[in-house]
Amino acid sequence: MGIGHNTIAFHQDKCDGCGDCMTVCAETKSGTENVVHSRIKIVPSVAANDSFELAMCRQCGDPKCVLNCPSGSLTKDHETGLVPWDADLCVDCLLCTVGCAYGGITYNAAEGHVMKCDMCDGDPACVKSCPTGALEFNNSAEIYNKYGELEDLFVPGLAACQGCNSELLIRHTMRKLGSNVVVATPPGCIAGMGTVGYNGTTGSKFPVMHPLLTNTASMLAGAKRYYNRIGRDVTMVALAGDGGTVDVGFQSLSGAAERGEQMLFICVDNEGYMNTGMQRSGSTSFGSWTSTTPVGDELQGKTQDAKNMPVIMMMHNCEYVATASLAFMDDYYEKLQKAEDAAKRGLAYLHVYSPCPTGWRFPSASTNEVCRKAIETNFATLWDYTPDRGLSFTRSPDNPLPVEEYLNLSGKYRHLDDKQLEHIQNHVDRKVAFLNGFMQASGGGEAESGSQSATV
Amino acid sequence: MEQTKYLIAGSSHAALSALNSIRMLDTDGSLTLITKDERLPYSPTVLPYIVSGQSKPEKVQLRDDEFFAKNKVNFVSGAGLSALDANNNKVTLQNGQEWQYEKLLLATGASPAIPPVPGLSDTTYHVLRTMDDAVDLNSALSSAKTAVVLGGGLIGMHAAENLIKAGIQVTIVEMRPQVLPGYFDQQAAKIIEQTFADNGVAMRIGDTVIGAARDGNGSKVSLDSGDEISADLLLVCTGVAPSIDYLEGSPVETDQGILVDDCMATNVANIWAAGDVAQALNFYNGEKSLGGILPAAVEQGRIAGMAMIDDPAINPYPGGVPLNTYGFFGNQAVSVGVSDESALPDGTEVSLTVNDDEMFYQKILIGDGHLLGISGINTDFDPGVMWQLVLLRTDLSDVKDEFLNNPANTGRDLMSRIWR
Repeated sequence: MGIGHNTIAFHQDKCDGCGDCMTVCAETKSGTENVVHSRIKIVPSVAANDSFELAMCRQCGDPKCVLNCPSGSLTKDHETGLVPWDADLCVDCLLCTVGCAYGGITYNAAEGHVMKCDMCDGDPACVKSCPTGALEFNNSAEIYNKYGELEDLFVPGLAACQGCNSELLIRHTMRKLGSNVVVATPPGCIAGMGTVGYNGTTGSKFPVMHPLLTNTASMLAGAKRYYNRIGRDVTMVALAGDGGTVDVGFQSLSGAAERGEQMLFICVDNEGYMNTGMQRSGSTSFGSWTSTTPVGDELQGKTQDAKNMPVIMMMHNCEYVATASLAFMDDYYEKLQKAEDAAKRGLAYLHVYSPCPTGWRFPSASTNEVCRKAIETNFATLWDYTPDRGLSFTRSPDNPLPVEEYLNLSGKYRHLDDKQLEHIQNHVDRKVAFLNGFMQASGGGEAESGSQSATV
Repeated sequence: MEQTKYLIAGSSHAALSALNSIRMLDTDGSLTLITKDERLPYSPTVLPYIVSGQSKPEKVQLRDDEFFAKNKVNFVSGAGLSALDANNNKVTLQNGQEWQYEKLLLATGASPAIPPVPGLSDTTYHVLRTMDDAVDLNSALSSAKTAVVLGGGLIGMHAAENLIKAGIQVTIVEMRPQVLPGYFDQQAAKIIEQTFADNGVAMRIGDTVIGAARDGNGSKVSLDSGDEISADLLLVCTGVAPSIDYLEGSPVETDQGILVDDCMATNVANIWAAGDVAQALNFYNGEKSLGGILPAAVEQGRIAGMAMIDDPAINPYPGGVPLNTYGFFGNQAVSVGVSDESALPDGTEVSLTVNDDEMFYQKILIGDGHLLGISGINTDFDPGVMWQLVLLRTDLSDVKDEFLNNPANTGRDLMSRIWR
């Protein structure tokens, strides 16, 4: 497995041009507040008022400054991902500044040398100084490096469809949670793709069971009580679809939540019974084509909105409730950690939006893009909740893209007319307004250590 | 006979850049780098800094044995090409070794061009193209009191500054009406010349050496103007010419250098050329001309390597643009593209900003809404960004005032909006 590297991301829409990053960079690197010493340069855009652009070293994978250096003072460090500059070897010829098309390495006349960003040994001062969150230290690469080292607890060759988001999800999830678990996979895609095994073999390297669609939460509750009685600390995990959570599995889950049973219940929401032929579920969104909400003369897809399951679980006063999307992997890993901890005290519920290329009719290579657009349009939002802290967004729902940018990606929405689009946009806006209101009412707000980056 | 899939003749920027491109896609194919030098790869550009003592030969290696081992490169030093047998995909080295290749890159660089001055060959003179030249010149500094530098190009000017800083009395003789032609206009060159004069260098601009002779342990040159100058040390920096002797009798087409197409291919199958040896497309006039600068060598080498490996991401060479960064007596001169408007069509817009007190000079040439060139002394624009603006022919009409007023920030703004 290759090594990923952390990067400094720039969220242009949040930059107000205050210049704090430049002052702090100059201070950190040259001991003066004079921004001519800054390695990061924020410049006003000529194209739009109050818009700012960024020039800084991108730590290129195949850096031209290095190829243009005649003295060997610039190199590419493939371990750290950085392009370090060695002042001792530099002859101040400035040819690197000709090679760089990004203004990433520049001449500092005051010091008589070139200068460039070195990411402050993995703790960039500019990012910490940014008051608006326009600069972000994106450490998703660190997550991949860290968890890539851990054992994949599923066998290779699970029989998921090409581009399956659920397979990606369960492999990541179990890498993180490890094998000191009992996992329940009720009927659905996850069980169907072979995680529980077939022909006398198993598809996973941890204890896994296949409960009924109706009793997943109660079986885990019983198992957990038994382990508690014999004094073993084992985490109970449900990997269930939306059918096994929102519809058929709901009464046992609701009961377990109300009783505060200790478990981590993960709902992998692909908005329907995809494993059995794409029937609608209580989680199928308004207007969706499914095999039981067809598109024809009489009907134009589903005529009801989806249940807002994570809010329903929040109303159970669970120890922890969060929504997640795999396009925001660092966010997911943070929530997984919080949920794992909360599952020692009571019920933790994770609701993961999980687009399905087969059932939703989009190309298998687009799964991550569909995930990302769902969040960027507020079709789904990223937040978490604890009873004492209330609700907090982990990614701001402000300034969303129009919901059509998400809907247009999937064939299941291809038939939508203007009225249906308007209905969906209104529904999305209302959901966000409700969450905002609840956030204020519940005393929530900024997440403790929220993350707002998308993996590419 | 030795066999290799990729044979790269040369070991400087074009060669190493091609190597980089090849290894991006083919990590195992046998790759051999041959060079006439005995040393690990280094850049001719760094030599003035060896002369001055600012750096040392062992510090400026561009690659080392560990790199070659890791990248599975067979590095053969101390043997240049002596002959090419293109029909049999075969080269002969100066040491008699024969190598058969599947794909050959000629990146053999250039050698000093010695002007036909009567008597010059009877004198002892220095040139500055190889590490040995630099080491020789560096050790000659201690015993010399006076020096004459022939040629006011980059190498000559650089060397002259090193000599005067070493306490040697220096005269620069340049036959053209200004120093550094092609990179700076006469007005900027004047500022540079004046700085040299202020620092004690005797400037003989527009004067020609018509004769040279031995004079004791040193040399004596006679100038067209009638003067005679004696010096302990004579340095000839009158330009370079592509090293192509080994092509004699081969079908590879040459003019001043090896003629290449926009993917650096020569007229002969399986042979490419890049760097100072190549005569490639000129960005401005569509003709083929010698590049002779480091950034061009890097670009050409990169494209040649991609062509040799059939990299589908290859983009043709957009053409050479004059580029330079030149430091002198604590000042920095930078030049991207055309610097002299005299050859440009009418209607070219010239924006000139001069501040003598601060040694600031900046000239921007815009034609048809596009940046044609920007050059100056002690400016703060990013040369790499300006190079892209020239190559992309970015329309500056909407941002012209801002650009002329602050090319650094406007350039970064455009970069961030257009190609980040």
